[in-house]
This record gives sequence, C-alpha cells and structure tokens, in this order.
Amino acid sequence: MSKIVEIRNLRVEATTDSGRRIEIIKGIDIEIAKGEIVALIGESGSGKTTIALTLMGHTRPGCRISDGSILVDGKDMAKLSERERSAVRGTEVAYVPQSAAAAFNPSQTIMDQVIEVTRIHGLMTPEKARERAVELFRALSLPSPETIGTRYPHQVSGGQLQRLAAAMALIGDPKLVIFDEPTTALDVTTQIDVLRAFKSVMKAGGISGVYVSHDLAVVAQIADRIVVLKGGEVQEKGTTDAILSAPKHAYTRELLAAFEPKETQFAEQPIEKPRPLLEIENVIGGYGPIQPNGLPFIQAVRSVSLSVQKGRNLGIIGESGCGKSTLARCIAGILPANAGNIVFDGKELDHAARRRTRDQLREMQIVFQYADTALNPAKPIDDILGRPLSFYHGLSGKARSARVEELLDMVQLPKSLRYRHPSELSGGQKQRINFARALAANPKLIICDEITSALDTVVAAAIIELLKELQRELDLSYIFISHDLSVVEAICDEIVVMYRGEKVEHLTREDVKAPTHPYSKLLFSSVPKLDPTWLDNLVLEPELVRQYGGA
Amino acid sequence: MTQSALSPSRTTSLTGMFGYTFSPVGMIALVVILFWAVVAIFGPQLAPYPVGKIVDMDYFGPISSKLWLGSDYLGRDMFSRIIFGARYTLGIALAGVLIASTSGVILGMAAAVIGGWFDTVLSRFMDAMISIPSKLFGLVVVAAVGSSLPALIMTLAVIYIPGSYRFARALAVNVNTMDFITVARIRGENTFYLAVSEILPNIIRPVLADFGLRFVFIVLLLSGLSFLGLGVQPPLADWGALVHENIQGLSFGSAAVIAPSIAIASLTISVNLLIDNLPRKIRDRSA
Repeated sequence: MSKIVEIRNLRVEATTDSGRRIEIIKGIDIEIAKGEIVALIGESGSGKTTIALTLMGHTRPGCRISDGSILVDGKDMAKLSERERSAVRGTEVAYVPQSAAAAFNPSQTIMDQVIEVTRIHGLMTPEKARERAVELFRALSLPSPETIGTRYPHQVSGGQLQRLAAAMALIGDPKLVIFDEPTTALDVTTQIDVLRAFKSVMKAGGISGVYVSHDLAVVAQIADRIVVLKGGEVQEKGTTDAILSAPKHAYTRELLAAFEPKETQFAEQPIEKPRPLLEIENVIGGYGPIQPNGLPFIQAVRSVSLSVQKGRNLGIIGESGCGKSTLARCIAGILPANAGNIVFDGKELDHAARRRTRDQLREMQIVFQYADTALNPAKPIDDILGRPLSFYHGLSGKARSARVEELLDMVQLPKSLRYRHPSELSGGQKQRINFARALAANPKLIICDEITSALDTVVAAAIIELLKELQRELDLSYIFISHDLSVVEAICDEIVVMYRGEKVEHLTREDVKAPTHPYSKLLFSSVPKLDPTWLDNLVLEPELVRQYGGA
Repeated sequence: MTQSALSPSRTTSLTGMFGYTFSPVGMIALVVILFWAVVAIFGPQLAPYPVGKIVDMDYFGPISSKLWLGSDYLGRDMFSRIIFGARYTLGIALAGVLIASTSGVILGMAAAVIGGWFDTVLSRFMDAMISIPSKLFGLVVVAAVGSSLPALIMTLAVIYIPGSYRFARALAVNVNTMDFITVARIRGENTFYLAVSEILPNIIRPVLADFGLRFVFIVLLLSGLSFLGLGVQPPLADWGALVHENIQGLSFGSAAVIAPSIAIASLTISVNLLIDNLPRKIRDRSA
C-alpha cells in the first residue's frame, strides 16, 4: 500500500524565555497509508498537536523542526520554502481546528469563507466552488445545504459550525485532513452527528486523516490506527482493535483504565433520613431585565428543587446551556436567585452572597471549571492558598505557612510549589490548587462546576480519586456538575438530569442504568463507548433526536 | 514541560541575572533617564552660566568652546538654559503624571469593582472632562488662579486624569470578570482588597506603559502652555519653552532649536523604551 505520509525521526525543539533549548518531539516515526485515519492520542503536552502541525510544515512561535523529514505525498514539508508550503496547504493538506467558532470570521457569510481556499489557490470558478460546497454540506448532513452558506457563523450551532469547518478543509480536495480535537468542545449528543458526518465523508472520498484527541472512546469510533504519545515520544502504535483489546505499554493501559472509573464503595444509605445539608426549593434564576412578575427575562433555571445529604454527593448533568452552571451560581449566591428557598445546614440563606454571613460563605465553597481563570495569575500559590486561611481563620505567619503545606499535601502536590505562580503549573496541578483553596475554608459543601472537563482523561481520573479520598477524610459533601456521565457516575450517589433549565429526572445509583425520561435516555446512550463498532451500531430513536438532540 | 539536558550552557549576556531578563534597549533607556535625573537635581551646580545672563554679543551664536550649545535669541548660553530647564520639565511632568495616573487608576479600579451607579456617574463625568480641550482648560485655570508651579501641576494632572481613568477602568473591567474575582467576592472580600490585591497586579504592566505615554503627553502639553506664557515664567524656561522661544533660529540652523528638541526627544523616547522593556521574570526555572 502506498503511503501518503511518512514521518521519519522528527524532532522539534522549543526555546524557553531563558534561552534554553528543549526538545519537545524526540524522534518520531509515523506512516499513514492512503485512505487511512490515524489518531494521535495523549495528554496535553504530549506533542500531538505539534506533530499534526508539522504535517503542514508549521510550528508554533518559538519552536522549530530541528531534525527529520516529513514526507507528505512525496514532498518534505520541513524543507519546502514558505511559498511552496502555502501552495500545499489547503490543497493537499487541510486542517480542522478545535474551535470552529474561533476559526470563522464573524463578519463574513459562511459560503464566502468556505470557498476562500479555492479562490486563493485559483482552483475553480466561484460558481463551481459554490456547487461543490453545497455538495459537501449535503455530504456532511448539514440542514438546508442550499441556503446554510448564506448565513453568518453566529447563526448556526456549534456542531454545525464544526462540520462547516470540515467543509472548508475539504473543498480543496486535500489528500490529508488534520482534525485537531474537533469534537472536544461539543456536547455528547452533538458529537455523535459530527463524528458520523466526518466518518462518512472521509470514507467516501478515500481521504487520509490525522485525528488528534485525548478521548480514547471518540478516537475508537473513527480511527483505523492509533498512535499513543507521551512526552514527545511514541509509546505504542497499532490498529484500533489491538490498542483497545491488548494494550502493551503501561501508559496505554493507564489511559484505558482512566476511562473506566473504578468501582467504589459508597456509604450505605442511612435508614432514617437525617436533616439534609442543603435543600433548595423551586429556585428560579436567570438573566436579563426583571419582568413585572418579578422573574428575569431569560430563565436559565426554572423552578428546580433538590437536596444534598451530609457526606453524600449529588451529580447534576445536562448539555451546555441547560442551566446547570447557573443553578450552581444561584446556590452559591453569585447570581442571586429570583425566587425559591435555599436552606443550608438548617438555616435559610439569603439569595445574594453579599448578604450572607462570613461563616455561611465559608461553609459552602465553589470550584470553577477553568483553573486558569480561577487562580490569580499575578500571585504565588502561597498567597492564593493563604488568603482564605487568614481571611476566615485569622491565621498568619508560621501557622498559616504550616497549614498551606498541609493543604498542598492533602491535594498531593509537593510543598515546593508554594512559591510558584499558576502559569508555572500544569492543568491538573492548577485544578488541585483550585480545589485546595476551597478546602482551606474548611467547608461542609463544595460545589464542583465541571472541574474535570478541561483536563485529560488520566488527569481527570486522578482528580476524581482525590476528591473521593478527601471526602472520606474530611466528611465533605459535593455537588458535582458535569456534562460527562462517566465522571458523575464515578463519584455521585444521586444524579439529577437537567434539560432547558428544568430538572427532568432524579436518579439514584440503583436506577442510573435505566433512566426513564426520554432526554436522559438520549443523553446516556450518546456517551461514546470504547467499542470501535459503537458508532456504527448506535441506533437513536429518530423521534428522540428530533425532540431533544441536534442543537 | 519536559526537561532535556540538550543545552547546558546558558546565554551569558545581560539576560538571566537574578531570575530576570534585562533587555539591552531597556538598560540604555534607563541610563538616559538617570542622566537627565542627575542633571535635573544638580543643575545649578553644573551650569557654567546663570540662566538669565546674556553672555554672547551675537544672537543664535554657533557652538564654540565657550558656549557648548551656542547661544539663544537673546545671546544667553543654551547649555546652561537646558540644564536649568531639565528641572522644570522633569519635575513638573513627573509630579503631574504621578497625580494623574494614581488617581485615574484608583478611580478606574473602584468603578470596575463597585459598578452600578457609581461607575455610571463617574464615567459620564470623566467623559464630560475629556470633551474639554486641554489647552483651553489650561488657559482658563491659569488665567483664574494665576501661574504658579502647584497650579500648573494640578492643571496638568486634572487634564490627564480622565484618560488614565478610562484606560484603567477598561483593563479592570476585563479582569473583574475572571473567576478568581468571583471566588474572592463570594469569600466575602471588600472592594479595597479586590481592587488592590486581585486586580492591580494583573493590570500593572499596561498601566505603567500608559504612565510612560502620559508622561510624554504632559511634557508636550507643558511646552505648549509655556509657549502661551502660562507655564514656567521667564527668565526660567522648560525645554518646550526653549524650543518655542528660539523657533526663528530654525532658518539659521541654530543649535538653540535643535538642542532642546533633542533633550525632549531623548527623555520621552527613553521613558517609553524603558517601560516597554522592564525586566521580565524568567518563568523557565528548570535550567
């Protein structure tokens, strides 16, 4: 079989701000046959995107290809001049970025942007290009393919935009398409449509692909072969089946293990019902001007009631825009609820955090999704963890410093990290600090808002394990908000499913396998499985999809 | 990030001292600023002639061993006049910009953190201030209270507060939406802590850059006011006034015009270069 891509002994090095050179890709060999889709998988920092970009002869600022050859259809991308490279880009190699929303220009129609490639390279007349684009829209099963091109990027959904980005990449008839985590930012229900569309178009055109992802289950659906990367080196490569069924390398096993959460002993359900730690009743919250009836113009949370028992965990699950984060903000008082009661530890809380007492604030902590923005980049870890200690507990000097070390120890980070700034930590380390700051308050309840969503599978699994361990030691309760069912299942005693601001179902551990509400069914069946045939065999009731899916 | 022992040798230039990188451009700028600072402080000791004394029989005299920068339109020694002028230019501009930037930044951060009515009222008031032409405002104030150094400094400061406020508020509003501010808010922190401890460290770099630019504007406005006779009073003169009073010398190619211009340019450019090239902390500590 002829090879479309041959990477030989590829080395990429980066220059740090102190002028030191470090090698980030350390001698990689990858081959891709015609019509084959190869997945590059690994945690962040493993070099998967760097390798994918070298296929277009591109390196990010500060990096350079120091050695090796990248033969794409017989041309060595490392040796071509910039002019020759730009001739190749778009026509032979094309790229689908992670965030299509950022890749589209908001002030031009979609059609103009999709056919731009043909204009730049002078491939065909604009009329032909438009026809070709409509064909592609149809092949990618986009709704109303004839007219969708006249819309602007903000007028289509995220899943559709991602498919339009693929159309943009495919219009120049490339021999190789690079997908850089194209579904990571999408909901599970949308992800299925996008994956299906990608797969059928690639197979129909016999196009080779490189699929960069950290999600093994997604990769299993679309790739023929998998290359597992870590620290800029190939750990293992093989066919998808071989990797999934008989992983050889320890890191691959770790990846697989992280995917299947360990079964844990959950606390026995107490016979007599004690007073719940948190009880909310008919909470309504939202945005926009207040209407005459005292409710906001847009209700993101519509009359939700739930309760959390002491020492037990509640999961809230739903797709983006379902109001789960708004609910968390209402409970924490960041966005004052417009109606309803919030009773915490037997006392009714004021809706606005500003009017709650310091102790009430202390006992309920919230941890945000993006540790990057939740930690002040201008402060060292010592200050970040130390502030709640001095603020709530009046600690200072030696006592405070000892407690900071204790907290770092609790979240399993080395003590030396306390002098660093957040930008010097990895994503997982940042999230641990983020969590340690909540622990510093000695809370009774921690609201975790998508805290593992921005992390790689292995790192996320480690964080979940940490949360469980801390719960046993510190008698905590969690409200765990996520769109990822497997994460919620791993840690929660009860699960609430939300859809369009309403609580549609309340599941206990026993009946989590058999949801009754149609939306829960759709949501639960849309979570990718490690089985490579899962996507092909998946049958979703069309009625359900029409009603709830395809955002 | 992965460590690699590929390149054990570190670059051994100015970069990498005390965990900071120093840019050579920034260092040169600092030397120029220090030079002018020394001139401003020790001016009277350094100047060869008194500031108002006519020492040359000719006007716009050429550069000579006696008069290092020639003479001005009255035959006074240009070199001495620039040395004396440094004090006024540097001192007034520095005092003005310090007052303007400090109050602008404090008000801007307060507006961003408090928000609501406070923000609206303050912002509209500042917008109204911006709409007043600065030279006209200077004329009115100085005409009303007379020309004195404190009045001059306060006028310059008031003229430049709205710009500084707008700039700081725009930056602070962006930082204010970050999650770490939300975390601090629901911890129960007060406005002062939020502004000084959470927001200020994140906006300090652009604020300093703005400080540098504003310094330059003030030097230029001061020159303009001096030209109108509202700035430093004769026989003393700041650099801007020196350029203006010798402007006829331009057709003679006199050093009396060029020398103070160079002084202004060297100071203002250096301030900007220094602010753009402040030492940076090295994040890569694995070496």
